Amino acid sequence: MSQDVIEQLIQVTYLAAAVLFVLSLRWLSAPATARRGVWAGEIGMLLAVVGTLLHHEIVSYQWILVGFFLGSAIGVPMAVFMPMTAVPQRTALSHAFGALAAALVGTAEYYLHTSDLSPFTMSALALEILLGSLTFTGSLMAFGKLQEILPTRPVTYKGQNVVNLSLLAVAVGLGVYLVANPGATLLFPLFMGLALVFGVLLIIPIGGADMPTVISLLNSYAGLSAAAMGFVLENKLLIIAGALDGASGFILSVIMCKAMNRSFTNVLFGAFGQAQRGTSGKGEARPVRSATPEEAAAILEAASSVVIVPGYGMAVAQAQHKVRELHDALTKRGVAVKFAIHPVAGRMPGHMNVLLAEADIPYDKLLEMDEINPEFGQTDVALIIGANDVTNPAARHDRSSPIYGMPILDVDKARTVMVIKRSMSAGFAGIENELYYLDKTMMLFGDAKSFVGNIVKALSGGEHG
Amino acid sequence: MTPDLMASLYVFILAGFVGFEVIRRVSPLLHTPLMSLTNAISAIAVVGAIVIAGEQRSTLSTILGTLAVIASTTNVVGGFLITDRMLKMFKKRGPTKR
Repeated sequence: MSQDVIEQLIQVTYLAAAVLFVLSLRWLSAPATARRGVWAGEIGMLLAVVGTLLHHEIVSYQWILVGFFLGSAIGVPMAVFMPMTAVPQRTALSHAFGALAAALVGTAEYYLHTSDLSPFTMSALALEILLGSLTFTGSLMAFGKLQEILPTRPVTYKGQNVVNLSLLAVAVGLGVYLVANPGATLLFPLFMGLALVFGVLLIIPIGGADMPTVISLLNSYAGLSAAAMGFVLENKLLIIAGALDGASGFILSVIMCKAMNRSFTNVLFGAFGQAQRGTSGKGEARPVRSATPEEAAAILEAASSVVIVPGYGMAVAQAQHKVRELHDALTKRGVAVKFAIHPVAGRMPGHMNVLLAEADIPYDKLLEMDEINPEFGQTDVALIIGANDVTNPAARHDRSSPIYGMPILDVDKARTVMVIKRSMSAGFAGIENELYYLDKTMMLFGDAKSFVGNIVKALSGGEHG
Repeated sequence: MTPDLMASLYVFILAGFVGFEVIRRVSPLLHTPLMSLTNAISAIAVVGAIVIAGEQRSTLSTILGTLAVIASTTNVVGGFLITDRMLKMFKKRGPTKR
């Protein structure tokens, strides 16, 4: 009797948690209510965990508490001390943890209930193991690439796609066999092993600039593996939370693909950016106009509107705080400064926004591509800091270019274009950016952080002289 | 198919639609916090891990369950904390001080 009451109580906490999770995402839609969204999520999570602890099947809390303690000991420092430039790495790592949890629970369920698994439960379980395992190793690989422990350029070899796809086919085949014969316990580790290896092989050929899509896709897989776990455990809260996460990752990866004018298949199997087309070498002798920080400062000071276009290079150079100083110095002189954010700038969706927000730049100055593009025609200076392919006009007109059709920021329509860049080397796509050879373009060679710092210095020097 | 399974499928499909509708509205400005928040929310997998670690039905399942509790607690705690840390930085106007 009292056990029934407890069981109902648990279900009520789960229902409340599900509602709070939906509200949490709903409130995240606007910056003004976003933090309320986090609180809603936290309360929902707390309710669900407390409800679960009441579960009558739990005989000992010892290991649960150990888990809570160790998990917090890892999670808190990772959240509190991680610099904002490392957010993509942290996100990849958290996808790995989420997927690992799903794979481990799935494994435990399999060995506990081998004899009484219905075909349906076993299908969900196989899906949970497959997605959980491949997302675990895949996310670890993504972490390695983002942290630059592993080479960020795509690693490819002949017949790579054939190898990958046949491996996946064998894994899926084993999964199907296990659904028909859940008792084949010897095949289970093999199935899981193949999924783990596939995760590694899937990410090896993926390069840095495709990370926004891949990280979103891994996000989606991690969510779906949690949802599959919900089917196995017949837990609706898990199904709902997993579906929300899966939908979110899916939407983000579609947005990222659209922003690069590419398909999922192309991102996963196309191994973009190998620079193997042999186009380098031609046109390298073309003249460019370079300028000093003082010359750049003089032009910026005389401008009435400036649009700053940040890219991954700004994150690498940790230049966001210097950019904020430049923004302040120009704003003080009455120059209208805005920021143009391309959806795939950086290594994950929204990466640039977080960095600029960290540097205290008000978010109403950060404009999306569609908002800012019509304004470039009336802009005096477009200042590009560490972005390359997303500004290449070839995407609009050169049918032979590998980035043809990709939506770009129309910086070439501004009266003057300034590009802060370390050298003339090609961008991620391995192609020349014709923007650099325009008459109105000034190349500012140097490290983004120190160059922007020098412009700021030159601006404040002019104030006194 | 059992009725319970059908109910679960309904829940999954409908939650997916709700997710699409709600998340479509999230401004691209907040896509990074969105990803870390959904990641924290899907760490609700911790409830499955808790039961496995607490049931103590076999040594293997207890070990796997405990590891799963560690992994998902990391995401719960870390995910919510870093999302809040990021959102705190988004301000409409820069601070007037300094």
